[in-house]
Amino acid sequence: MDLLGFIIICVKVLLVFAATMLTVLIMIYAERRVSAFMQGRLGPNRVGPQGILQPIADGIKFLMKEDIIPAGVDKPIFILAPAVLLIPALMTFAVIPFGSDITLFGRQIPLQVADVNVGILYVLALTSIGVYGIVLAGWSSNSKYSLLGGLRSAAQLISYELAMGLAVVSIILLSGSLKLNDIVADQQGYLFSWNVFKQPVAFIIFLIAVYAETNRLPFDLSEAEQELVGGYHTEYSSIKFSMFFMAEYANMITAAALTVTLFFGGWDVPLINETSLGIWGTLLSVSSFILKMGFFLFLFIWVRWTFPRFRYDQLMKLGWKVMLPIALLNIFITAGYLTITALI
Amino acid sequence: MATIIKSYEPTFWDKLYIPALVKGLMVTIKHFFRRKVTVQYPDEHHIPPEGYRGLHRLNKFPEGRIKCVACEMCSAACPADCIHIIPGPSPWDEGKERYPVRFDIDLLRCIFCGFCEMACPEEAIELTEIYDFSDYTREGLIIDKDGLLEVYELTKDKNYYSRKNDNKESES
Repeated sequence: MDLLGFIIICVKVLLVFAATMLTVLIMIYAERRVSAFMQGRLGPNRVGPQGILQPIADGIKFLMKEDIIPAGVDKPIFILAPAVLLIPALMTFAVIPFGSDITLFGRQIPLQVADVNVGILYVLALTSIGVYGIVLAGWSSNSKYSLLGGLRSAAQLISYELAMGLAVVSIILLSGSLKLNDIVADQQGYLFSWNVFKQPVAFIIFLIAVYAETNRLPFDLSEAEQELVGGYHTEYSSIKFSMFFMAEYANMITAAALTVTLFFGGWDVPLINETSLGIWGTLLSVSSFILKMGFFLFLFIWVRWTFPRFRYDQLMKLGWKVMLPIALLNIFITAGYLTITALI
Repeated sequence: MATIIKSYEPTFWDKLYIPALVKGLMVTIKHFFRRKVTVQYPDEHHIPPEGYRGLHRLNKFPEGRIKCVACEMCSAACPADCIHIIPGPSPWDEGKERYPVRFDIDLLRCIFCGFCEMACPEEAIELTEIYDFSDYTREGLIIDKDGLLEVYELTKDKNYYSRKNDNKESES
């Protein structure tokens, strides 16, 4: 690789990392404001104009707090766990294409950090690693609440990752590629060429599974504060706790970006050919991606303040007895349709 | 005769749950755009309803004479025993002969029942709409005659809090 290519990659990595962290901050602020608005309150509005500096104030507070490591914990694992959760959460965004190609310095630059040819597998693998962070945190804390939180998270993962994977399989069947770029390219053109219109059932299953994957309400059983104090992060404090916090939001961002990429045409704007518009096309595609992602991030918060938490057996029942058969049936129908059309 | 109540059988549409979920989401988004109930206290003041029983005041006649005749009906009526009056001869020529030399109310003992204003034959003691009074010491919350008359000056127009809100607006 030449020097310019290396610099471009470095810039892209930094850009994506900074954008993700900034979105995490915005999400922490948005979560508090939106929840307040939905409850008829105003929420934090004192730090900076309309309170937008609140997450920074919170961050400073986290840094200043004493970092407590309880006596009975398994120290190396206890320290490792937040990193195991946060790093995959930040890494996942690397394969997601967030805009059409841009031409700079006489070369075409894809707006994507790494064009992995098994992009979806990479995403699924990394989100699975993230759950290890939760399980390790739960186990190493040497506390019953943390352990229960970790256990629940593990069980939840097994039952939902399956349905999520199967929902994704039907998308892969349509596009014929595991590459996220190909999936986006496959959805370009009309509004109805977006996968959400071709695969509505897969979309609903994927969306529900994503909420379980990111440990958000109505599936936040691993940190159900009414029953488990704080779940897996009960024993954590200061910067380690804030790492769990950031990881949760980073996971949400990745999940929203993935939903957009798989079902809502990625950076695609219907009826417009972005690649023919040059720099404006790129800007248009990036803003369309951000807009779509913003909607799904808002949906995360919106759903959180609307639905009550599932009971544990209900969660399992939904995962194994409802979503799994429907996802399998959906694959069967999709495959059958594709085979028949190929024969004709 | 016993009536048989049929239990509701969920239809297929109900079992999908999706319409119900969307309905729930619509409820929360409606509240998202609704007017907020928060009163941002030091900047804004909640205006209490008519008849609110807050801080006490001693009423005066327009010419400045205190209405109170130190009959001690209020301190007799007071269930918390928080009104202490020392009567004396009135310094004014017209009007009644008695007047309170001292008139102390222990606000920490007061239960704001309003019996004192009901007992008063001269309509001299009254409860106002002021709810935000506080101090760092117990002594600071025993309000004397001058204090009660000052409260009268503050609240005689019946718009203590709306005036405060207006002042804030004109400042900003």
